[in-house]
Amino acid sequence: MRLVLDLFTMAAIGLGLFFYLAGTLGLLRFPDAYTRLHALTKADNLGLALVVLGLLPQVGSVLAGLKLLLVWLLVILSSAVVSQLIARTARQQERHR
Amino acid sequence: MTPVVSFAIALLLLALALWSVLARDAFVAVAGFVAYGLLLSLVWVRLAGIDVALTEAAIGGGLTGALLIGAVARLRATEAAALHERSGGGVRGLAALLSAAVAALLVLCVLVLPGPAPTLAPQVAANLPATQVGNPITGVLLAFRAVDTLLEAIVLVIALLGVWSLAPDGLWGGRPGQRHVADPDGIFAYLARLLPPIGIVIAIYIFWAGADHPGGKFQAATILAAMWMLVQMAGLADVPPVSTRRLRWGIAAGPLVFVAVGVLGVLTAGIFLAYPEGWAKPMIVVIEIALLPTLTLVLALLMNGPPARNPES
Repeated sequence: MRLVLDLFTMAAIGLGLFFYLAGTLGLLRFPDAYTRLHALTKADNLGLALVVLGLLPQVGSVLAGLKLLLVWLLVILSSAVVSQLIARTARQQERHR
Repeated sequence: MTPVVSFAIALLLLALALWSVLARDAFVAVAGFVAYGLLLSLVWVRLAGIDVALTEAAIGGGLTGALLIGAVARLRATEAAALHERSGGGVRGLAALLSAAVAALLVLCVLVLPGPAPTLAPQVAANLPATQVGNPITGVLLAFRAVDTLLEAIVLVIALLGVWSLAPDGLWGGRPGQRHVADPDGIFAYLARLLPPIGIVIAIYIFWAGADHPGGKFQAATILAAMWMLVQMAGLADVPPVSTRRLRWGIAAGPLVFVAVGVLGVLTAGIFLAYPEGWAKPMIVVIEIALLPTLTLVLALLMNGPPARNPES
């Protein structure tokens, strides 16, 4: 059972890291603010979600697991708001030009 | 594996430090500095200094970064002209020489440190039970070196007074900074309504956990200050004029209670800031609770800057 859980953790975190890598690559390579945000939100949402999912079997208590989930939810919330604000600012600057 | 990660982080840290120093554009430099602060807190985690890591992330990366971004915004108007200025070769050579000398001196200081560094850690560990506090950092900050913490709180209040004193005479006592406006139905206002209750609970948790685990009043105060800034920036609530009596009492509360506890120590235990036998933990809790509003208000008001509007506006 332990082995299965460890394998699950490695697979989930590995997949999460792949999304982070892809997101970072997109951030560096994509041409404008909107597409970069698109790449970044993939890393934030899916990448972190998979990392948290992978860590869940490793925590000792339910409380620690809930804390991990809370961290994920808070990051999703703030990244959603911040990407909205950045996109809006970018749009306004485009209009001024 | 572990040394490789440490080495990579150290290398990245140096690169970011160099980036912040060399960047010509102030905003780019600040962006590098914030990333540097976050990475530095990772280093503290690796060194098992979780308390320092929390403080570095909150104060070094977060608050200082926000203050610097504010400064960059104010300097925007004059920055373009400064970008084209280049100081002469002599001045730059002297600056490089001076920097190299300071660096060499620091290296020398590190090299001549005595082999096993002098440490008070065993004494702290031996006497920690007397304070009834589980977290040695809290024990040091509020029992063994409480005077330092008291002076630190006072220094913060004085720093705020320094910022306030930059106000023009006519605006003294007014509201700090500009009034923020945001779409009241927008996503930012939504976040500013949703997040503060969560932030307040987390801050109180970190504050309370500080007795036995990493955390404490400083980290909690930073979170509370951030929540207040969020509400202000979303235009949901304006910052009160600095002449408000309640605001001033809130700021003075921490140092006043701290000094009162110190004087109580003179009366009961014969020395300033000594805690009566068996009363260390309650006294520490009283001081921490009193310092929380002081630190929250000071940190947030430092962000707001000097009074810039009439109290009536």
